[in-house]
Amino acid sequence: MRRLTLALAVLGALLLAVFGANARGGQDARAAKEPVTISFWVPFTARELGVINSALAGFHKKYPWITVKSTGNTNPTKLTAAIRGGNAPDAVALFETDTLGAFCSSGAWLDLSSHIKSDKLNMNIFPKTIQNYTAYENKRCALPLLADAYGFYYNKAMLAKAGLKGPPKTLAQLSAYAKRLTVKNADGSIKVLGFNPLMNWYQNSPVHFGPITGATWMKDGKSNLAGDPNWAALLRWQKSLVDWFGYENLIKWQAKAGDEWTSSNAFESGKLAMNLDGEWRTAFVKADAPNISYGTAPHPVSKPSLYGSGFVIGSIMGIPKGSDHEDEAWLLLKYLSTDSKAVTGLSLGLRNVPSTLPTLRNPVLRKDPQFKVFLDIFANPKSSTQPVLKIGAQNQTLFSTFISKWQAGHVASKDLHAGLANVDKQIDAAIGQSGQVP
Amino acid sequence: MTSAPVAGALPAVVVRDRRRAKRKAAWRRRGLVLLLMSPWLVGFTVFFAYPLVMSAYLSFTHYDLLSAPKWVGTANYRYLFEQDQQVWPAVKNTLWLMVVFVPAQVLCAFGLATMLTRARYGAGVFRTIFYLPALAPTVAATLGFVYLLNPGTGPVNVVLEHLGIPTPLWFDSPQWAKPSLVLLGLWGIGTMMIIFLAALIDVPRHLYESASLDGANAWQRMRWVTLPSISPVILFAVVIGVIDSLQYFTQAYVAAAIASGQAASEGPTSAGYPEDSTLFYPVLLYLQAFSYFNMGYASAMTMLLLVVALTVTVLILRSSRLWVFYAGARR
Repeated sequence: MRRLTLALAVLGALLLAVFGANARGGQDARAAKEPVTISFWVPFTARELGVINSALAGFHKKYPWITVKSTGNTNPTKLTAAIRGGNAPDAVALFETDTLGAFCSSGAWLDLSSHIKSDKLNMNIFPKTIQNYTAYENKRCALPLLADAYGFYYNKAMLAKAGLKGPPKTLAQLSAYAKRLTVKNADGSIKVLGFNPLMNWYQNSPVHFGPITGATWMKDGKSNLAGDPNWAALLRWQKSLVDWFGYENLIKWQAKAGDEWTSSNAFESGKLAMNLDGEWRTAFVKADAPNISYGTAPHPVSKPSLYGSGFVIGSIMGIPKGSDHEDEAWLLLKYLSTDSKAVTGLSLGLRNVPSTLPTLRNPVLRKDPQFKVFLDIFANPKSSTQPVLKIGAQNQTLFSTFISKWQAGHVASKDLHAGLANVDKQIDAAIGQSGQVP
Repeated sequence: MTSAPVAGALPAVVVRDRRRAKRKAAWRRRGLVLLLMSPWLVGFTVFFAYPLVMSAYLSFTHYDLLSAPKWVGTANYRYLFEQDQQVWPAVKNTLWLMVVFVPAQVLCAFGLATMLTRARYGAGVFRTIFYLPALAPTVAATLGFVYLLNPGTGPVNVVLEHLGIPTPLWFDSPQWAKPSLVLLGLWGIGTMMIIFLAALIDVPRHLYESASLDGANAWQRMRWVTLPSISPVILFAVVIGVIDSLQYFTQAYVAAAIASGQAASEGPTSAGYPEDSTLFYPVLLYLQAFSYFNMGYASAMTMLLLVVALTVTVLILRSSRLWVFYAGARR
């Protein structure tokens, strides 16, 4: 009798466990379908925020029980304050990938691995570069929100007037083109510049220029600027062109060049014949200077094998610590970064490169020949991105400072290697100080 | 054995009661003083003492603002003094500002105020004109100066070119960027000028008359009457100027961003442009704290800044015993 009682009790407990769990599961599923509003902070404003809201309307259509309330104009500082104050949004997007190291290592952005695993999300739909800049030390805290690819813009009319056919493909050709396309005023100052070789101006930065010689930032967790001869090659080429124009002449020309983000942009206003820029410039040209005759191409490179590649980066999305609706936020992130319709709509609206490889082949996006070039640069396996470090952009700042001195002629040519080694030393010390283990 | 009470003396119980009453009254007085002081005490504790103690503690930790501080001992200070190669240029730039800008500011404010005391007509108009720039918001004033001193299109260089004078690159030159910031600072010395003006007007006339009767010329009247009389104001101007230069941030940060042409770009790469010539200590501190999420190290930098500011202020105040006069007597 006692055995029978025991057996019944065990059976009862088992039944309760099984059906109880099911009942709870059912309850969860129902709870998940209950209307919920989640907050989503994005860096976009004005027209671009409107494009994001259109995509959010698509999300609501697909997941009708989730309403997304977007807030524009966010940045890492605002987000940090919100997380610290316990007022973090449910999901967030940022332009600054530099800050991912800090957010990911501190746990301020949640690790998305469990969601990726449970939803069996195939990360290979994203190019390798995207996979790199959305993770920190194998901890994936972000998904991409579109992407940017950097390429070469050239003024077709100016090239034709100078008797030049097609864009340059090598750095030597670029130098020759730049000299030929430059027009000077009667007083010797520059009126139209062929190409501006000065770094730290508009999009001219070491991080954007590095890929044109195949230069890499890190090796075995340490800064590798002196160890990689491609950096020295890039800087020597750049300096030779600076010297040809004259550093002071270029600075004076830059001062007249106009603001990068308005219609007085040097390329758009005809003061600059060729320029390195991101794919978004196609939209700016269309809006600001629709009559300009221009072409796009991959940036000229130091080795033929690199032609077609370039620098790739993009906005990132994550779920901050303290998010009240983690599961719904995950659905939103997944939708905005992987749903073909959403990604295509965002790409067309924001004129950014779509983040997934299948979307790159979408004929709607490939219709515009100038924009198509950037889709190909993005898909190129040799395209590269910047490392995600806990020190944020400090490595870039230190390197940029050194380059400022170099291009101004305040570092002797023979001291270039030693100078780069010293920048490496500073970056490694900063990484060590941040607590990041190489 | 008990001693008999002394004739005329109060009994012990009364004495004890009186003492108690006195003590109570003293406590009540202290309580009242504390109550009256409490607004200041709360402000001091919340906005000064607590942040100071926390900064001191955080300077011994690795703290990224987002996770709990981790004790690292003196590592931040060792990095500050031994490894961070940006610290020394930042310190040099800040010292430069202190040595050049503070005296220039005091001299110009004093000079302007002296001229205004002598204006026979339209003194009020000139006072208003010279004071107005002090009302301009710092960022707007900086943007205006970057425009005025633009080496390509700025009106200053256009005029210099017409006069056949060499045109500097101003904010784009490591040699001229700091002097450009000094010009910007001198443009806005209206507040200091008003303080000097009040002090100059307050100098007793009879002292000048006595000095004139003794045959003192203009320079001697300035040296022996004006300067000693307004020396407390000069001390005030110097101390405030030094503290301001140790906290110099907005103008340098904005000018660097605009002049470099990277105002809207991501990241802090324009700070210090050109060639770290405008990388002042507070700019570096800001970058470490809020761009690199390195709050522990930034706190160590803050402690150093505090020590330097205290030392410099104490030195100035001690030296003031030799050259500052209060109501005709040295203190």
